[in-house]
Amino acid sequence: MAEAHEVDKRLDPWNDPHATPYIRIQNVTKKFGDFTAVNNVSLDIYKNELFCLLGGSGCGKSTLLRMLAGFETPTVGTIYIDDVDMGSIAPYDRPVNMMFQSYALFPHMTVENNIAFGLKQDKEPAAEITKRVADMLELVQLTPFAKRKPHQLSGGQRQRVALARALVKKPKVLLLDEPLGALDKKLREETQFELVNIQEETGVTFIVVTHDQSEAMTLSSRIGVMNEGQIVQTGTPTEIYEYPNSRFVADFIGSVNIFEGRIIEDDPDHVRIESDEAGCPLYIDHGVTASPGARVWVAVRPEKIQLSRDKPNGEDNCTIGTIEEIAYMGDLSIYRVELDTGKRVRVTMPNLVRGTSDRYTWDERIHLSWQASNAVVLMT
Amino acid sequence: MSRKAYITLGDRITAATDLVSQSSWWGQIQTWVEVLLTRLGLRGQGLVVAIPYLWLLLFFLIPFAFVLKISLAEAVIARPPYTALIEWTEDAFIDIKLNIANYLFLLQDDLYWKAYLNSVKVALISTAVCLFIGYPMAYSMARANPAWRNVLLMLVILPFWTSFLLRVYAWIGILKNNGVINNILLAFGIIDEPIVMMQTNFAVYVGIVYSYLPFMILPLYANLERLDNTLLEAAADLGCRPIKAFFSITLPLSIPGIIAGSLLVFIPAVGEFVIPALLGGPDTLMIGRVLWDEFFANRDWPVASAVAIAILLLLIIPIMVFQRFQAKEAEAGTA
Repeated sequence: MAEAHEVDKRLDPWNDPHATPYIRIQNVTKKFGDFTAVNNVSLDIYKNELFCLLGGSGCGKSTLLRMLAGFETPTVGTIYIDDVDMGSIAPYDRPVNMMFQSYALFPHMTVENNIAFGLKQDKEPAAEITKRVADMLELVQLTPFAKRKPHQLSGGQRQRVALARALVKKPKVLLLDEPLGALDKKLREETQFELVNIQEETGVTFIVVTHDQSEAMTLSSRIGVMNEGQIVQTGTPTEIYEYPNSRFVADFIGSVNIFEGRIIEDDPDHVRIESDEAGCPLYIDHGVTASPGARVWVAVRPEKIQLSRDKPNGEDNCTIGTIEEIAYMGDLSIYRVELDTGKRVRVTMPNLVRGTSDRYTWDERIHLSWQASNAVVLMT
Repeated sequence: MSRKAYITLGDRITAATDLVSQSSWWGQIQTWVEVLLTRLGLRGQGLVVAIPYLWLLLFFLIPFAFVLKISLAEAVIARPPYTALIEWTEDAFIDIKLNIANYLFLLQDDLYWKAYLNSVKVALISTAVCLFIGYPMAYSMARANPAWRNVLLMLVILPFWTSFLLRVYAWIGILKNNGVINNILLAFGIIDEPIVMMQTNFAVYVGIVYSYLPFMILPLYANLERLDNTLLEAAADLGCRPIKAFFSITLPLSIPGIIAGSLLVFIPAVGEFVIPALLGGPDTLMIGRVLWDEFFANRDWPVASAVAIAILLLLIIPIMVFQRFQAKEAEAGTA
């Protein structure tokens, strides 16, 4: 059977069989009473990565992060950081620092003292502490606020103090729990890029927990999608978006149209699927490992579907429906089309030209089509 | 008729109050009260705020004025046992006699300031002991399983269900020469003769610490329970060991609780009368007892009142310190 896909495989460490992972999470399970928060997770994270753990609330991503920090001990399994087993190491002795979702700034200390706190624990010389705190304040652009108390700062400033405090000790790994969760949308977008820049500048390995898929897409080198305590897929943002491995991932990242069907032809270079929902034969230009007749799902992203008034050539990946709803978003428009089979499909089209009178309209009969390379076959 | 009255009286009366007043006598009284209050500049919000002030005026300021008045009088054998402050003389003059001799007497006789200093000493030591016992208790309560917390809280409050006096009497039964402690120690042969604990300063400390401990625990608990646990996690994450984290995070953040608890113990302990009277010996000199003796044994109301005023003024200082601290806290707006 064929490789599912062949994306740009540069010299990324996760594609290099000789690279040693910096953080190794091996068969880690965490149970709280009867509830399994993290279920047999194994994960390798490499040096200098910005790895995102992405998932809905209660999927176990925060628990996994807290186990890395040492606030929770795995029920089963081992965590290695830089080849050291973390099992018996207390949080205050770990080479990791954490940026808390609530920031957890010490309310009775100034910004300066908050940042210096970690260095003081290591009994660094005073001059060294002063210098490193000053450098850190500059990095996060808070030098004028050094003498303020946390409650005298705005949300965005507090977030930067929390980041500075966690970074100043030059940890091997920085753990960030929803680092942008408490910021408003506009600030969040600006801060995303700032965070990536700081990561590149400092060279610290970042592990970010987030429930926001767009945040994960912009920030990370790789994403681990979690569901019900398990990692369901690991990959670069492109891999996760373009080649999801399950309906859960496809649906969780962005929006997607999923057609249920049966395999009727499975060759190394293509697969043909019969689907009552789609109302047309589905042809995908990659093979899958499945026996003919198996029930599968075909995922097509809304922006990969073309709309046209005239019937496109060919029978495959080409169906017809009626426009039911149109949402104008400015940069793009979202069309909801009811296929003749009764299935509703979401299509997005960029508004490339301003104010065309020739736009598709409500109740219009429309043909939908997509390239054979733009759909993914999902087995689960 | 009433309509006319308030139209001429009030310029800020609304039509709504017109309707309420209608004709009944109750409505008329309401209208008059409202007119009066309006004239005084009191409406809505102002009224709500006025209630606690009215309470303070009635039950604190006016009695205080009486005591102040008595303290400036002279003792006589009469009923009441003091001279009047203001007198109408024969020729229609008002004669005001202010007698500050009572205050001078307090300064001259070293009994009073010794009693006062001793009270402050007893109160300070008791407060410190309460803090040392109460802090660990409040801390463990705040760290306990949430299901247990309310039970523990109940246990702290439980003694209040019994009369204070009875509880102090119970300590006599525990501490006296043939009391519970001595009997147990004797029965086990640890001591040969009873340890004298009753009518000593020790018994007074036991009584005060026992009685006022809940006042220390409750504000401390309220403070420690609110302490954000992630702050301690953050401290640990930054390399701080638990014991050090306690001193650099928990303790500084609980200072408002420590101050509140300490004042709640210190202030009543200074003026404490029942505990030294019941558990203390004849040499336990406390200002509360001196006050009692002046009022009821010597029947020298003016001197007793002067003592009361002096205690009050000396106690106002720590209260004001506390107030200032609270104001500062509020200003800082602990988030």
